[in-house]
Amino acid sequence: MSLFSIFDIAGSAMAAQSQRMNVTASNLANADSVAGPDGQPYRAKQVIFETAVRQGRESGGVRVAGVVEDQSPLNLQYRPGHPLADDQGYVAMPNVEPVHEMVNMISASRSYQANVEVMNTSKQLMLKTLTIGEG
Amino acid sequence: MIDKLSESLRFQQEALNLRHERQQVLAGNIANADTPNYKARDFNFAGELAKVMEQGRPGGSTLALTTTSARHIGGGIAAGAGPRELLYRVPEQPSLDGNTVDMDRERVHFADNSVRYQTSLALINGQIQGLKTALQSE
Repeated sequence: MSLFSIFDIAGSAMAAQSQRMNVTASNLANADSVAGPDGQPYRAKQVIFETAVRQGRESGGVRVAGVVEDQSPLNLQYRPGHPLADDQGYVAMPNVEPVHEMVNMISASRSYQANVEVMNTSKQLMLKTLTIGEG
Repeated sequence: MIDKLSESLRFQQEALNLRHERQQVLAGNIANADTPNYKARDFNFAGELAKVMEQGRPGGSTLALTTTSARHIGGGIAAGAGPRELLYRVPEQPSLDGNTVDMDRERVHFADNSVRYQTSLALINGQIQGLKTALQSE
């Protein structure tokens, strides 16, 4: 049994939550990107979490299994003067929902804080454990 | 003599060890608060402590040799009771994605567990102090 596996567990969760926050930041930043590197409008991205089970144990940390693109339809806006408008005058805008992204960001930061607290508490306990038998 | 000393500290030692394991399980629950289909886990502390005191620690958590191949020779320490029996928490407000972690409950359990861990630490320290006082010649 590793004494430091709580740090691994909380650390994996912090890494996963910060990746989620990264994706949210990317979504918000690209809320108006009508063309990406492939010429297509930006699509909102989501991270998928899964449990990282340790060998021989039933509990474990968390890892990001993948980043998926939101397949919901793009927002069509009527802008006839836009250089990327189609022949009917519509421009396909990214399907990013800023409200969803804000909620996602708050949720990620709360979960991150909870894991920081877990790590701090465990650190204190371990330091106290080191002083067993001292004065 | 030494065996009797370690035997007198054994209860608190096993309690600390179990508290540490429970801390890990609860940390896993908090870490997986946003993982779809994750089910919150916990174990019955009193039951596991009684089992450990009766039957010894489960194999793997004792001082065994690390084996990286199936053909390695084990440490030769007999495994006691089976592995820790992890139960599933009954959710009060299950969410649609199949996750049963209730963050408030988990954090309460985590704080409770860490206070009890420190209690065990204080008790084991007190026992050691008592033994030290008894050992001194004055």
